[in-house]
Amino acid sequence: MSTTLEPRLLSGNQAVAWAALHLGVSLGTGYPGTPSTEILENFSLLGGRAQWAPNEKVALEVGIGVAYGGARALVTMKHVGVNVAADPLFTVAYTGVEGSLVLVSADDPGLSSSQNEQDNRRYAVAASVMMLEPGDAQEAYDFLFDAFTLSETWKLPVMFRMTTRVCHSRGIVTPREPAPQAKPPHFVRNRAAYVMIPGYAGPAHRRMRAKMAQILEWNENSALNKVYEGDTFLGIVTASVAFQHAREAAPDASFLKLGMTYPLPLERIRQFRNTVDRCIVIEEGDPYLVDAMRAAGIECEGKAEMYRFGELNITRVRRILANDTSPEPALPKGKPPELCKGCPHRMAFSVLKKYDCVISGDIGCYTLSVLPPFETHDSCVCMGASIGVGLGLRHALPEDEARRIVSVIGDSTFVHSGITGLAEMVYNPPKTGHVVIILDNGTTAMTGMQEHPGTGRTMEHKKTGRIVFEDVARAMGVTNVLVIENTAEFDRALSDSLARDELTLIILRKMCRLAEPKLKQYQAETESCHE
Amino acid sequence: MNKTSSITNVVIAGLGGQGVIRAANILAETAFRSGLDVKQGEIHGMSQRGGSVTSDVRFGQKVYSPMVPTGEADYVLVLHPSQVDNNRYHKKEGGYFFSVFDLKDGLVQLIDLDNDASTPVTERNCNIALLGMLSIHLPFDDAVWEIAIKNNLPKKVHDENLAVFHYGKSIVPKG
Repeated sequence: MSTTLEPRLLSGNQAVAWAALHLGVSLGTGYPGTPSTEILENFSLLGGRAQWAPNEKVALEVGIGVAYGGARALVTMKHVGVNVAADPLFTVAYTGVEGSLVLVSADDPGLSSSQNEQDNRRYAVAASVMMLEPGDAQEAYDFLFDAFTLSETWKLPVMFRMTTRVCHSRGIVTPREPAPQAKPPHFVRNRAAYVMIPGYAGPAHRRMRAKMAQILEWNENSALNKVYEGDTFLGIVTASVAFQHAREAAPDASFLKLGMTYPLPLERIRQFRNTVDRCIVIEEGDPYLVDAMRAAGIECEGKAEMYRFGELNITRVRRILANDTSPEPALPKGKPPELCKGCPHRMAFSVLKKYDCVISGDIGCYTLSVLPPFETHDSCVCMGASIGVGLGLRHALPEDEARRIVSVIGDSTFVHSGITGLAEMVYNPPKTGHVVIILDNGTTAMTGMQEHPGTGRTMEHKKTGRIVFEDVARAMGVTNVLVIENTAEFDRALSDSLARDELTLIILRKMCRLAEPKLKQYQAETESCHE
Repeated sequence: MNKTSSITNVVIAGLGGQGVIRAANILAETAFRSGLDVKQGEIHGMSQRGGSVTSDVRFGQKVYSPMVPTGEADYVLVLHPSQVDNNRYHKKEGGYFFSVFDLKDGLVQLIDLDNDASTPVTERNCNIALLGMLSIHLPFDDAVWEIAIKNNLPKKVHDENLAVFHYGKSIVPKG
């Protein structure tokens, strides 16, 4: 094994995948989402068992099952995915686990590819779940060992918060000796722990908080939080990638770098604060650390509101340290992304534009049609929202306006959370009916061509069960279901269905231009294997 | 003592699909194999759809941040003419700006793709030509560059890209 222990240059995501392999993680599951996607892809390439779930809630539930069974589960998602998975998250915090469960939340301060900048440290507090925050690739590797150890020691889930810069930045990683799980998976019945009826959940809540108090005591002296001694004039309390920027912006300062940010070791922070003259908190996103410190009566400076938005970097940290709140110079803008040449979505939006439809849109490549030359997206809230929002608009608007409302959703997004939207449509149909369009390009294109249940292939592109959208819609009671592959037919179908009072689902099935060669190859491979 | 004063900052910029990240990977691996600490940062995601892509590579005895501070790049490599103006601000005073395109700028060094029929440089491999130009300024052995280039490219284009790398080294700066 010695050759595998040599230092290598890895991204934070790759480092997590390697650590998962060395920890013998039993199953990795998640839903693709920038910047988290490459964790499971790499884990799978390295030989780990990984699979894409239809959405983050299901992924976490599968992970919980793995961990109830006494095994190691790794669940990955982007920050907004945790919103989808929040329901199981808040209660697995009560039930705890028999094995171990680590949930990676990949936050996206600066919105490199997201609809919001939410700071998921808030989830750790709200759900009472331990949180570790690596600041670079080496820590991403090392902290995953700590995360699984903590989860196994306390029999509780652990959140592992990364950010875009931690996920996608590369650094040198020295691996450790592999440390696979010793105990074989086995289910031990424990109804009072796992069946959250009120009578069991009340005591479970108290048990969990009692453990959290012990974990806090442990974290006050944990090696996950490190002091870097320097000048006593300036002490910086920081975590995650903000530490990296601050260390270069103020190389002579003293630092307290927090690795475990929930439960927060406030006495450790107070001690550090008392060793320095000026104490400033450098954190990306929300004022989470600074608010908690002030609430505990620890005197410190935070950052001005203007630095709450976007990522930090060395330049911005220097400004924060200098109390500089003058407007930041506007940097030249790069070229925005656009729908590829030959992308089948282009045809769809040209036709939708011709009929002046109001488009209740969704999340995927097709959201780019909001930009010129199309400008054919009128709303985009979250995964799957196109159908519900479209129905709401149809309910509220006068008839002539309501008739122009169309919901547009991609294939992977439809599986993720569009199916419940169809249930709503069938159950509470608007008077004017409704038109839903699935832009089925045969892949999760936006995040880099991942498979999903609608493709009928696994993460490794092997044949598996396939969800057939038209069959699902018909079975659910959608009366007008059309599968279309060309422009003229689409034009006709759209104009016809806009005029009806019927519930229509148009599936526009045309392969992603970028993925086409690979998709055809996978298709040929799965067709040639007779099992 | 300032522990990070010896960091070299490089910004590589272009459009999605041009090989910006690949060039950055090669540079980072070369620095890593030469015994230096390295951090490399980039933005993925929507960049795949033809938008601007930038990758920062930083190396030295000890590097913390994966991002080049604003306006402090020692070297800026630009792979597409449309990305020249919006990336000028990365370069520090006295730094170098490399592009394969005529920039009409005294500080700029260039290869003229259109007017030099003998050049082996193409739009596909210009990222490697730029690394060749950059390599003259960096203390890394050719042998290490070559390993990094081979490790990051498919075998069938090794010869072509090694030739282009050495061609890049031979380009005499104008201006």
